Amino acid sequence: MSATTAVRTSPQKAFSDWANNHRKWLFASPAMIIVGLLIAIPLVWTIYLSLTNAEGSVRAEHDFIGLSNYAEVFTDVDRFWPAVLRTFIFTGGALVVELVLGMAIALLLWRPFRGERWVRVAILLPLVATPVAVGMMWKLIFDPNIGFANQLLGYFGIPAQPWLSGQATALPTVMFMDIWQWTPMVVLILLAGLTALSDEPDEAARIDGANAWQRFWYVTLPLLRTTVVVAVLLRSIDALKTFDILYATKGKGGGAFHEVETLNVYAYGLSFDYNDYGVASAVLIIFFLLIIAIMWLITLRRKEKVAK
Amino acid sequence: MTTAPSPTLRARPATRRRRRPIRSRAYTWFRAIALIVIVLAFILPLAWMLLSSFKTNVDIYDASKTLVFTPTFDNFANVLGRNNYFQFIFNSAWIAFASTALSLLVGVPAAYAMSRFSMGRSAGVVLLARIIPGVSLLVPWYFIFANLRLVGGYSVLILSHMFVALPLIVYIMMSFFDSLPEELEESAQVDGLTPIGAFLRITLPLSVPGIATSAILSIIFSWNNFMFALVLSGANTKTLPVAIFNFVSYASIDWGGLMAAAVVVTVPIMVIALFTQKYIVSGLTAGATKG
Repeated sequence: MSATTAVRTSPQKAFSDWANNHRKWLFASPAMIIVGLLIAIPLVWTIYLSLTNAEGSVRAEHDFIGLSNYAEVFTDVDRFWPAVLRTFIFTGGALVVELVLGMAIALLLWRPFRGERWVRVAILLPLVATPVAVGMMWKLIFDPNIGFANQLLGYFGIPAQPWLSGQATALPTVMFMDIWQWTPMVVLILLAGLTALSDEPDEAARIDGANAWQRFWYVTLPLLRTTVVVAVLLRSIDALKTFDILYATKGKGGGAFHEVETLNVYAYGLSFDYNDYGVASAVLIIFFLLIIAIMWLITLRRKEKVAK
Repeated sequence: MTTAPSPTLRARPATRRRRRPIRSRAYTWFRAIALIVIVLAFILPLAWMLLSSFKTNVDIYDASKTLVFTPTFDNFANVLGRNNYFQFIFNSAWIAFASTALSLLVGVPAAYAMSRFSMGRSAGVVLLARIIPGVSLLVPWYFIFANLRLVGGYSVLILSHMFVALPLIVYIMMSFFDSLPEELEESAQVDGLTPIGAFLRITLPLSVPGIATSAILSIIFSWNNFMFALVLSGANTKTLPVAIFNFVSYASIDWGGLMAAAVVVTVPIMVIALFTQKYIVSGLTAGATKG
């Protein structure tokens, strides 16, 4: 297709002209078709399944039962609503800690210093580590009997904790893992935002006598708003969908008492551990709508603020 | 603005340093200590994993042998010798490579078109794949591909990993093309190239840093992906994360072996990360600073 202006025989020239005139869709459509097919067909199918009593195997006979799966899900106070609650606790809790910690670390790294390179490498490593392996690593460290976590507490005279195996401590423990792995991501994003800032507003505030906290709160943070929103968006998308470390450390159903069963783990379990496709699909559709709604809310707030 | 690889990231005016507040020295100390604590918090767990992979299970259970122990390579020998781990390493590498290559092939032109023609809505379709939870697609995928007799083969795994790679590549490359001036292409067209010719000969060569960035990230994400392979892989096409996960269920927690398996999956990716740090950072922060 390397077409130059040289005179060409007509079919080739015609094709080249056609390709160049339609390059917009020629370029864009393969990717869109692949993604579209991978999403659209499954989504329609999932919606259909959510209206049936499919169970055991999708190829087995199943009947159309209307919205009763949804009714079943919404009245399920044993698994569904606790899973919703855990999803919000996990996402919200991890997100807040990651943002605060991430901002603190980003501010520490902001101005140049010696050994910067090494600190940056240390921050990058958790980020690229395989989540399943990270889960296993923490499973050993948090092991109640042989783990380093309790050994460390012992040095300070604090009694040993059950961590992952405790009903109350399991969820905070997996949140800790998420925070360890993903705070670096927030740091990198905020740091990129900070380095792109111009120095003048900060200088002006300094000359006006503002202290470090005032300069951060009234100057730097407002200027950084769009970057913070991007960090919140990216992290909440991924935190809502967290699966790997939960399934790797606690297995099916999020543990014997479903301690870490979020919506994602619940839906996965219904689909592939219990083959209850009808109900699973209903949960998935609700989960999907929930994510869309949250994303919409975040971007809406962002637009509002820009409009002001 | 500082989207895809831009060397301006580090360039800071030197005048900064002179205007330090009076308590600068105290702050310097505080900062140094804080940074050391941060580095230790991120590095120590990984070091613990590495140490444990060289310990016998007896030593792992012995608190007095936290740091002083006789290293053993048995764990690695066991892991790599038993359950054909080399096959899993190959699987992970091949799937990561193929899904990234194919995604670049369709993703880069798409990102270019979406950037140059401001196709916001079309981009939304591709980026929807970033938002949608993978589980919600897995059941239908499983049955469609089972009917096509593809489950357990490489093609399905590559396709499912493309689902992760494609939005990533489109997102990063769009912000890269956004920052690439259009004038170069325009002048190339004035000089007689067709629009597609200008893309192939001018834009693409200039996009190598962006392509490298998105390719590295895509390989990492594919290598680390767990859920798709958990459902769609067969006994011989298992990827490393799935192999590690299965390790737990039948070895009633052989901690040394488990840590060796974890090291086998994480170390290659970390080595790559060390050498491509700049690209990874610019890719992860792509689009972070524009409105």
